[in-house]
Amino acid sequence: MSRPGFVLEVDDRTPPLVVQEGEGFRLEEFPRGTRVVYPPESLPAIRDIDGAIRRALLNPVGREPLPELLFAGMRLTIAFDDVSLPLPPMVKPDIRQRIIEQVLTMAAEAGVDDVEIVSANALHRRLTPAELKDIVGERVFRSFFPQGALYNHDAEDHSNLLQVGQTDRGEDVEINRRAAESDLLVYVNINIVAMDGGHKSVPIGLASYKSLRHHHNSHTMVHSRSFMDHTKSAMHASAWRMGRLLADHLKIFTVETTLDNNVFPSTYSFLMKREWEWGVREQAGMLAARRGLALAPKGLRHNIYQGIRAPYGITGITAGETEAVHEITVAKVHQQQMVEVQGQSDVMVLGVPYLGPYNVNAPMNPILAACMGLGYYFNSYVGQPVVRKGGAVILYHPVEEDFSQLHHPSYVDFYEEVLTTSTDPSVIEAKFEQQYATDPWYIHLYRTSYAYHGVHPFYMWYWIAHALDHCGDIVWVGANRRAVERMGFRAASSLADALEMVSGTVGRSPSMTYLHNPPHLLAHVR
Amino acid sequence: MLALELFRSIPRYAAAKAMAGRMPGLLVGPMAPLRLVTREEPAVRRPGWARVKPRLSGICGSDLGAVTGSTSLYFSSLVSMPFVPGHEVVGELAEDCEDLPRGTRVVIDPVLACAARQTEPCDSCRAGRTNLCDHITVGHVSPGLQTGFCRDTGGGWGEVLVAHRSQLHVVPDDLDDERAVLVEPLACAVQLARRAQVPDGGSVLVSGAGAVGLFAVLALRQLTNAARITVIAKHRGQADLARAFGATDVAQPDEAMRAVRRTTRALRVAPQDLPGPMSRFTGGEGGMLLGGVDVGIDAVGSTSSLDTVLRSTKAGGRVVLSGMPQTADLSPAWFRELEVAGTYASTGDAFEVALGLAREAPLDGVVGGRYALHRWREALDHAHSAGRLGTVKVCFDVRSRA
Repeated sequence: MSRPGFVLEVDDRTPPLVVQEGEGFRLEEFPRGTRVVYPPESLPAIRDIDGAIRRALLNPVGREPLPELLFAGMRLTIAFDDVSLPLPPMVKPDIRQRIIEQVLTMAAEAGVDDVEIVSANALHRRLTPAELKDIVGERVFRSFFPQGALYNHDAEDHSNLLQVGQTDRGEDVEINRRAAESDLLVYVNINIVAMDGGHKSVPIGLASYKSLRHHHNSHTMVHSRSFMDHTKSAMHASAWRMGRLLADHLKIFTVETTLDNNVFPSTYSFLMKREWEWGVREQAGMLAARRGLALAPKGLRHNIYQGIRAPYGITGITAGETEAVHEITVAKVHQQQMVEVQGQSDVMVLGVPYLGPYNVNAPMNPILAACMGLGYYFNSYVGQPVVRKGGAVILYHPVEEDFSQLHHPSYVDFYEEVLTTSTDPSVIEAKFEQQYATDPWYIHLYRTSYAYHGVHPFYMWYWIAHALDHCGDIVWVGANRRAVERMGFRAASSLADALEMVSGTVGRSPSMTYLHNPPHLLAHVR
Repeated sequence: MLALELFRSIPRYAAAKAMAGRMPGLLVGPMAPLRLVTREEPAVRRPGWARVKPRLSGICGSDLGAVTGSTSLYFSSLVSMPFVPGHEVVGELAEDCEDLPRGTRVVIDPVLACAARQTEPCDSCRAGRTNLCDHITVGHVSPGLQTGFCRDTGGGWGEVLVAHRSQLHVVPDDLDDERAVLVEPLACAVQLARRAQVPDGGSVLVSGAGAVGLFAVLALRQLTNAARITVIAKHRGQADLARAFGATDVAQPDEAMRAVRRTTRALRVAPQDLPGPMSRFTGGEGGMLLGGVDVGIDAVGSTSSLDTVLRSTKAGGRVVLSGMPQTADLSPAWFRELEVAGTYASTGDAFEVALGLAREAPLDGVVGGRYALHRWREALDHAHSAGRLGTVKVCFDVRSRA
């Protein structure tokens, strides 16, 4: 029986607690009275995954069983979440592979031979062939990739985009033409956190910049309270309007999956266990990891972390009509990740880990670190933010000026040109977004190399708009001072220094809450 | 009179050439082919000439080049040794000079052209392009392309020099010495801006933010309708000044090509699959641009600067050599059909325009160091590290004994 998440209040007996900071972690002694929010332990996982998939496909919610939707001569498109999910990548076989294989089996039984499989990467970078193979598996890869029937969505290939219509708010809905013109679109998702899935899958994952700009902008982001609650998120509201319009034009069969909280392999099991419960094994694991990481050169440390594969268990597989499916999915995610937190605090502490959705197999550059901390973790709440309005956020991450020239070329320019001009999301949006979104070189690299789209760093910055608007002070512990200042924040060498620096905003005895993640948690702040 | 004299010394020249890059301190120490001497004042032998007492005299990159042996041997026949350097001069007439009475404050156009040498005008001088004079080694004055490189005329780094009336430009009373000493380099910048032939709304890259690059920005902003001027600046102070002088974008040297690409929306091409050490033979990480600026200006005179400019200028564009150039890979000039143009000194009304610029431009504090002649080692050391120290121009305060 898994234990629910809970809130610990630090007292004299509390040992130092693990805080993630990039490709490393530290043991931090928090002041007495600090609230520490621990995620729930992993829910029981499904044992017969293939059976569960089959049952889901044959007994969907709000839609006919999949075999009834398949017929000879039809055009079938299968789209799936890209490499940005899950985090860390999961131990093989990937759940998407298992689902796609069963969908293909049913399609073959129905005599469907026009099948294409698309990675729904929107403006994310293309997946390499190896990454595609990791997700769909060897068999599917070999059957479809050489024929060009397994590929990445190209949001700049205008001949393969289709303007389906406009919502009642005038939002363009333009998605992948093949998907839009299919008799059936099967979307295979991994719903790692509550913001994923639902109408965020097709209308965003298969969309173009023309469509995305309606919800990926500073105004929408600052009015999303939070992204983890789609009923309170302006971004999701826009995606939902688009999704409903699409549903009128296109038959979509959604398959959503949920994961447990096993984000680290057994070597790092101590990172998922509460510190005062560490036994000899966890103590030894922690010491070995700490000493080993300290001695390892940077490149090796990076490879060690990027090589982590999570032994996720599958907690739910649901198929059918998008909204009906998503309701069940979100409930499952809440069950796995939600923790009740009573009231806000003056200071929120976050450890930003080595990996976010956009730096798989790449370093986490300063913009992505900000997005991970102030975009994803800050917004990991329902109800109200963990920190009060005007309060302070203290984050841990080295924030090194380390960019992947392959994956993040426009990030470098964003960092050098845009952030030196302004850090205000709305100013940045007005002054620079168009220039970057239409830059032919970025478009070329997005389409032919493995680069995120030119506009992508803007979206990362918009993600943090709510935090920037809400917080009075943001301080990074152990961070590169130059990088942090470039982004408009401050750097401190220790937690004590950080608290001293924010004392002007929150006083000398602030209430503090530390979100102890990963594993993922969702604070339900009353 | 007291003067700094550059003398011929093969061992010192060779040593400077060999060591300058690695141990610049030697250049102002015992290895410098420069000495402080008491020597005869230059004599006035012909009508039209007069003695000038320098008040301030700037240290130019070409002066440093002569001291450090980095100047091309191409120029060796165009100077006469030993000479007193210094061609950026504001001084006062020690005697009447035709229409100008004694005591008049003047700046000097240093080019020793046909008028000064009192020879028959060459084709260039006849065409009004005195900076391209073909008679700089003949006439009654020893060979020397400019005052400050000629044995007979003296130079600004001495207490007295002689100049011809054709070289003199009166300094208005409202222009102080620290601005007036900048008139000569500003006139060069005016010449540069004209040679650049920037199309209306065009884009310009200025590689280098020393005095040459910064004044180029000022002149380009004043005299052309350039839309974007991107400046490559190594130091923060240079970057701030570049913006103050009218640059739209400023980038670090290692960010230069990226910045140009961004502002011009060009495509960048980099060699693929080459091992790291090979990349330096192919333009380093920067590669090259397909597209780029309309006009690229090398205001440094180094191989890397010229390489960057050549690789960042669009096909059919113009590359202007403002600094004394070093060798570079000219493949882009051939492949992209670039027009490579030089710009040297100034001609025509450039000095009048420069006097206007000197009066109106935000030049306060641009002279960041004034040294007496006997502190020449400190002065050269300062000039050598000017960018790093946040200084644009270092001068000799020739009258000072402090």
